[in-house]
Amino acid sequence: MNIQETYSSLGLSDFEYDRILELMGRAPNFLELSLLSVMWSEHCGYKNSRPLLGRFPNEGPRVLQGPGENAGVVEVGDGWALVFKMESHNHPSAVEPYEGAATGVGGIIRDVLAMGARPVALFNSLRFGPLDDERNRYLFREVVRGIGGYGNAIGVPTVGGEVEFARAYSGNPLVNAMCVGLVRSEDLMRARAVGEGNLVVLFGAKTGRDGIHGATFASDELSEESEEKRPNVQVGDPFAEKMLVECSLRLLEEGLIVSLQDLGAAGITSSASEMAAKGGVGIEIDAEKVPLREEGMEPWEIVISESQERMLAIVEPEKVEEVLQVAERYELVAAVVGRVTGHGDMRVMNRGEVAGTVLARHLAEAPVYEREVRTPAYLEEVRKLDLEELPAPQDYNSVLFSLLAHPNLCSRRPVYEQYDHQVGTDTVVLPGADAAVMRVKGTTLGFAATTDCKGRYCYLDPRGGAAAAVAEAYRNLSCVGAEPVALTDCLNFGSPEKPDAYYQLVTCIEGMAEACEALGTPVVSGNVSLYNETEGEAIYPTPTVGMVGVFEDVGRHATSEIKREGDALVLVGDFRPVLGGSDYLEIVHGRVAGAPPAPDLASGKAASDAVRRAIAAGVVDTAHDLSGGGLAVALAEMAVCGSIGAEARLLPGGRQDVALFGEVGGCILVAVPEGRLGELEEHLEGVHYSRIGGTGGGRLKISGLIDAGLDELGEAYERDLFERHAPEGGHLG
Amino acid sequence: MRIGVTVFPGSNCDRDALYAIERAGAEPVELWHADADLKGVDAVVVPGGFSYGDYLRPGAIARFAKVMGPLEEFAKGGGPVLGVCNGFQVLTEAHLLPGALLRNTSMRFVCTRVDVRVENTRTPWTSLYEPGDELTLPVAHNEGNYFADERTMAELEDEGRVVLRYLDNPNGSVNDIAGLCNEGRNVVGLMPHPERASDPALGSAEGLKVFESVLRFAGAKV
Repeated sequence: MNIQETYSSLGLSDFEYDRILELMGRAPNFLELSLLSVMWSEHCGYKNSRPLLGRFPNEGPRVLQGPGENAGVVEVGDGWALVFKMESHNHPSAVEPYEGAATGVGGIIRDVLAMGARPVALFNSLRFGPLDDERNRYLFREVVRGIGGYGNAIGVPTVGGEVEFARAYSGNPLVNAMCVGLVRSEDLMRARAVGEGNLVVLFGAKTGRDGIHGATFASDELSEESEEKRPNVQVGDPFAEKMLVECSLRLLEEGLIVSLQDLGAAGITSSASEMAAKGGVGIEIDAEKVPLREEGMEPWEIVISESQERMLAIVEPEKVEEVLQVAERYELVAAVVGRVTGHGDMRVMNRGEVAGTVLARHLAEAPVYEREVRTPAYLEEVRKLDLEELPAPQDYNSVLFSLLAHPNLCSRRPVYEQYDHQVGTDTVVLPGADAAVMRVKGTTLGFAATTDCKGRYCYLDPRGGAAAAVAEAYRNLSCVGAEPVALTDCLNFGSPEKPDAYYQLVTCIEGMAEACEALGTPVVSGNVSLYNETEGEAIYPTPTVGMVGVFEDVGRHATSEIKREGDALVLVGDFRPVLGGSDYLEIVHGRVAGAPPAPDLASGKAASDAVRRAIAAGVVDTAHDLSGGGLAVALAEMAVCGSIGAEARLLPGGRQDVALFGEVGGCILVAVPEGRLGELEEHLEGVHYSRIGGTGGGRLKISGLIDAGLDELGEAYERDLFERHAPEGGHLG
Repeated sequence: MRIGVTVFPGSNCDRDALYAIERAGAEPVELWHADADLKGVDAVVVPGGFSYGDYLRPGAIARFAKVMGPLEEFAKGGGPVLGVCNGFQVLTEAHLLPGALLRNTSMRFVCTRVDVRVENTRTPWTSLYEPGDELTLPVAHNEGNYFADERTMAELEDEGRVVLRYLDNPNGSVNDIAGLCNEGRNVVGLMPHPERASDPALGSAEGLKVFESVLRFAGAKV
């Protein structure tokens, strides 16, 4: 292999290789080239997204740590802080779904752990191709098993998330995992190496050949050859990770370490060089001192191996003995594998000889690409939607049943029942609600979190769709009564080298940034996953939002199910439903077209804030946001989950299918006892709202169009997602 | 009153059990797997989780941990021992309880709330309930499908050793068994998690009586 073939096979371009020659002033050896190739991969180096990410606001009154660390941090109150981040594991999950999803969970837990926090809640946002395809069913089933297999064993509850199906994700599923941790703010750790002469301790599992060049694999498009990269996927051991979590927390509690960093993509290289670059120091790693799982590993393999369940700590020499003893108590392998130095290099030594050395700064500074932004031709085409062409339904009941039974709208119970969502005894509101609600033990405080994104909206309208994702997260948190604080994101897109996907990336980021500004929710951490394409076809642009909110009194929260007969049903927000981009349009009419509802950020925020204040005041305990399937599906969910019926009438004007099933960007349904209606109205001053009906009985009735028993609605809604073999309805986008 | 909670590598409900014990008004004591010492506790809870990663078979490795020696002595001497979920599996592997817990018939992990009926209140862990009480308790397991041979089953039923019975069986357990006790009735295994239903802030405190029962038992003993 000549040098060009070598660096190409490592994923480096000619331009990048020339840049390396320029920076180093000499030709790199193979080890150095390996270090640079993994650190300059899109996955580690954010080559295409870094200049764009600067558009996000990332400051706010509660923000303790914005982007640039292992995870973002916000204040809850009483000295407690929430540490959270979301990350993708799409490519590994496409070829080895169980392990890909499992190690995605493991990786995000270590990010939160590295900040010194105990991981307390997990979320996942999943996308697959339609379930009429055997391969998609396999991916879905195994990803869910993998998430459960890891999360359940490690004892961190999986309390929320989302799953959607669309043709665009066939062959390239999305597996985004989010972890939230809790820490006393004075105990926050940061991943920077300091103190020349301090030692580098590697602890956890042994290092093997698994996941060599995983980061490079994650930065490429998927193709038929991707199957051959199965050995690039790491294998997870949740048992080892559980010990790693307890061991790390003990080391932190006893004040034995200076700094902590997890090992993820690009293994020791990434961890050590990032710590060195942030601390403005150098790190030397003695490759032969790394405890190995197999014999005969080369130094370059050792330093880029992505073996799971390992952490790196910087330790003062006099505390090393104690650190090793704590690791032994938790039955983990630990070894001093290097030292902090003054030379600024990430240097790999092998039996006293320099095997390779690169300035840590150079590893951290992947070249940046800014590309031309061109509006894609497809946009104009897909936005065309003439309502006149759509026949009005003959039978509104059967439309409602087919929506409720559709994989994109039906109950997620078969998924979340496979996840332990109660371990830790802090889960206040169980999965199935608009957002998960957790308490902070020993206080009245709590937090809520949700993950949201409609890829179909973002495909039809990148700017509006991405803003809608932020707005929906804001609304979901408000529906449970939490004050939205900040968000993490996982930006899943196609290849930035293709104009359509690059436009989607740029425009979605702009839309998100605008929504974050308008709603006052900064972005404090995130992850970018590009090259999500199979055989040249890109996924829907999917900028997943993971937002957290806080409660002063977590006892004052709301859930979506109807709780009493005789409550008034109040629709809060500016109700202007549209069919563009709706689930109804796709499921019933087989079309992905039109302009999705534009989020009116200001009025949507006012509606959400008003509902949240009513919940905090103890006036409201039942609220649900209007989302896919519109008003009819939202009402049906509230009735089925509460086992109490409801009767509502549509507001006058417009097409009836639009009013029933059309989607809208800022509305919430609230149920409140008649006697408290006056109090609710005080909270709603200045906000659009209308009373549309009341609760009671065993049926759902809407304006003479819908009249269905709760049992038949429940039967449609509660179908088992894992036992679907026949195509659903025939037209999935 | 001091109640110990064993901590194996991979236990993950140990902190939840310690918290529930404290809420019940007893002093929680952590019992580390590698120490052959029960620290003089009055009762022991073997908590849920994935001890030793559930590798080989749930509970199969934990039963050989050092803490199990004195625990077995304690149980044989009539000391109250409660195994919850993985703890139940550990106690069957250690032959402190008969039978075995197999894969759920659904072949899926199941985390939900199930309705159960209290069948036996003559144990240190259920004495504050009334026979026939119906409770809603959380379950979360992959191997909760109780099985024993016919002779053992006949014995269990004849001697009234079924402690909890599912009203809606989530895992295929024979005779809907959710919990049972040994011949001496001091060792109890439960698949549902009473410690997860021990705090009204989380919606239910129906399980707290399990820990309050053993408190009264120890008080009566003194």
